[in-house]
Amino acid sequence: MKSLAELQAIKERMQPKVVLREGGNEIRVAVGMATCGIAAGARPVLNEFVKDVQEEHLSDKVMVTQTGCIGICQYEPVVEVFQSGKEKVTYVKMTPEKAKEVVESHLKNGQVVEKYTITHAQNTL
Amino acid sequence: MVRAQVLVCGGTGCTSSGSQSIREEFEKQIENYGLQDEVKVVKTGCFGLCSLGPVVIVYPDGTFYSRVKKENVEEIVSEHLLKGRVVERLVYKDVDEISKGKIDHVSLSDTNFYKAQKRVALRNCGVINPENIDEYIAMDGYAALGKALTEMTPEQVIKEISDSGLRGRGGGGFPTGKKWSFTAAQKADQKYVVCNADEGDPGAFMDRSVLEGDPHAVLEAMAICGYATGASEGYIYVRAEYPIAVKRLKIAIKQAREYGLLGKNIFNSGFDFDIFVRLGAGAFVCGEETALMTSIEGKRGEPRPRPPYPAVKGLFGKPTTENNVETFANVPQIILKGAEFFNSMGTEKSKGTKVFALGGKINNTGLVEVPMGTTLRQIVEDIGGGIPNGKKFKAAQTGGPSGGCIPASMIDIQIDYDNLVSQGAMMGSGGMIIMDEDTCMVDIAKFFLNFTVDESCGKCTPCRVGTRRLYEILEKITSGNGTLDDLDKMEKLCYYIKDNALCGLGQTAPNPVLSTYKRFREEYIAHVVDKKCPAGVCKKLLTISIDADKCRGCTACARTCPVGAISGTVRKPHYIDQSKCIKCGACMEKCHFGAISRK
Repeated sequence: MKSLAELQAIKERMQPKVVLREGGNEIRVAVGMATCGIAAGARPVLNEFVKDVQEEHLSDKVMVTQTGCIGICQYEPVVEVFQSGKEKVTYVKMTPEKAKEVVESHLKNGQVVEKYTITHAQNTL
Repeated sequence: MVRAQVLVCGGTGCTSSGSQSIREEFEKQIENYGLQDEVKVVKTGCFGLCSLGPVVIVYPDGTFYSRVKKENVEEIVSEHLLKGRVVERLVYKDVDEISKGKIDHVSLSDTNFYKAQKRVALRNCGVINPENIDEYIAMDGYAALGKALTEMTPEQVIKEISDSGLRGRGGGGFPTGKKWSFTAAQKADQKYVVCNADEGDPGAFMDRSVLEGDPHAVLEAMAICGYATGASEGYIYVRAEYPIAVKRLKIAIKQAREYGLLGKNIFNSGFDFDIFVRLGAGAFVCGEETALMTSIEGKRGEPRPRPPYPAVKGLFGKPTTENNVETFANVPQIILKGAEFFNSMGTEKSKGTKVFALGGKINNTGLVEVPMGTTLRQIVEDIGGGIPNGKKFKAAQTGGPSGGCIPASMIDIQIDYDNLVSQGAMMGSGGMIIMDEDTCMVDIAKFFLNFTVDESCGKCTPCRVGTRRLYEILEKITSGNGTLDDLDKMEKLCYYIKDNALCGLGQTAPNPVLSTYKRFREEYIAHVVDKKCPAGVCKKLLTISIDADKCRGCTACARTCPVGAISGTVRKPHYIDQSKCIKCGACMEKCHFGAISRK
C-alpha cells in the first residue's frame, strides 16, 4: 500500500457489499414476496430495485426489503415505499422496467410516479 | 446483485453451540432455493448476546434470530429470504417490550440489550467478516493509519490520544497518551509495541471477542502506536486457549502484509512496522506487563520489580509500550474522528466507553459496551434483562480476582475508574459477575482466592505463602470452625499481602476478601458466630432435616440417600443421621410432601 488513493479504491469497491448492514433507513422499499407476488413476477422486480439502488449510490438512505402478502393479490407485484413523515406510496403491477423508473424518479428525485400507484390503478378501472 | 446478507456469528460462544453447521446449512438451503446470487452468507465475530447463540442476523432489515437450530434454517430461507415473511417464532423477543404490546418483533438495534450500548471498540464485531481485510477497509479500516502517517507528526498523534482521555482498559486505567509519550521520549536503536491479549480473569472475554471479531483494528492501532513512539516491531501476546483468535490474527497479519499495510515504507512514508504473534500457555501472572515481556523473551513468566518501567527498559531491554487489546481497539477511531469524538462520551475522568463481559446470575449473558458513567442499574436491569427466576440482585463483582463487590444498595453508582476504586472495587479488564440472593459472599471470596493461590507464580513469599494461608482461614470459616479472632487475623493478613507482594497479582489478590468483608461483614459473622450460611451455600454449615409432621413415611428419601443416612419404618416419620449426612440434597428433590428442608 503506497498511497491513500489505493486504500480509498478498495473502500469504494467494497462499500456496496457492507452498506446493507448499516441500513439506510430514510426510505424503505418493501416488495411483496408472498406466493402470489412471486408467481406474478416479484423477484425480478426486487432484484431490479436492489441493483438500481446500488448503482445510483442510494444505499445509504434506501433500504430494499421484502414483505409478505398485503391482501391485494390481483395487483401483484406490489411495491410499497415508506418514508418517515410522508404517506406510504403503493405501486402495483410492477415490472423491472417500471422499477427502474421508480428508482430514478421517486427514490432519487422525490417525484412519485403517479401512473403506477394503486390510486391511479383504481381510478382508471 | 446481493439484496440480503445473512450474518452468522463465528465467535467462540456461538461456534461451540454449533454455528458452523448452521452456516453450512444456510449455504446449502440458499442454493436449494436458487438464491445464491441474491443472498450472501457472512461469518462474523461476536454479536455479544452469547447466551442466545447461535445468533443469526438478516440484513438489510436487521432481523435477529436467536438459538437457531439446523432444522430451522430451511424455514428461514424459504419464508424470510424467499418470501419476505419473518419467522416471528424464531426471532429474539425483548421480554418487556412485547408484553407491553408495543411491537411484535424487534430488529437487533431495537432490543433493550443493544439500545443502551455505544459501540466503539466493538463497532465491527458482528458486522464484518474478520477474515476479510477488504470488509475492514470498507468500514474505514486503515484510514486512521493512513491519516497518521501522511498528515500527522508522532507528537500530534500522541497529543490526540492524550486529549481523548483514553485510559488503559486492562485494569489499571493509566492514561494511554502519557504511556506513549514516555516511550517516545526515550532514545534507542530499537523500540517495541506490545499488545497484551493475555486475558486471564475468570469469566472475562472482551479481548477475545475483539481479536475474533475485528483483528485488524488491533493491528492498525499497534502500527499507529509504533509510529507515535518510534517503534518498528510489535508483538501480540495471546493465550493459546484462544484458538479462533490466534487463527484470525494470523490471517489478518498475512493480509495486512500482502497489502503493504505492515512491512516496509507503509503509505510511502518511510515508516516500517511489522507484527508477530506469541502464544502464552495460560498462566495468569503473564498478564502482568513485566511477566508478559519476560515470557515473550522465552523465559519463565515471572514479574520483576518496577522501576525501571517498560517505557525505559522493556522487551529485550528496549523501550516498550504495552497496551491491552481493548485500549488499542479504541485508537483508530480516535485518530480518525478526533479526540473530541471520544472525550465527549463518559465522565469527567473516565472518557469513552467500556466493554464488559456480563456473566453470572443474569438473563442476558454476553458482551456489552457502554459509555463510562452508565449506572450499574442500567447494565443489570436494562441491558442485562434482570436476574433470572425473579431473584433479588445482591452484588456485582468487577475486576475479577483483583477486584471487589458492589452491593445492591449501591446499584445507582455511575461506573467509571474512580467511582469503582472509591468503593473498594476496580474496573479491571471488564469482567462483571452478577450475583443474586443465593450467593454466599464468603464462598465467592474463597473462589477468587483459590484462583490466585493456583496462579501465584511463587517468586515472592507474601503472595506464594500469604494467599494460601488466607485461603485456609476462609476454608476454616466456611466449614464452621472459624472464630472472631480468625476474622481479625484474616484482615491483617490481607493488608500485609497488599503491602508486600511484588507485582499487581499479589497486591490485589486480597481485594475480593477485603471488599466482601467490608460490604457483607454480617455474613462473615453469621458463619463464625451462628455457624450458619445465610445464603445456604456452604455445605458444612447446613443441616438437612425432616419435618415429622409433614413426613408420610413413603421411604422415597431413604431409598435415594447415597450414604444411607435416612432411616425409619414405612408410614412412620423418617429421620436423618446428621453424622452420616453429606448434605447433597438428593432427598429434598425426591420428597413429594415438602417435608425436608435445608437450613
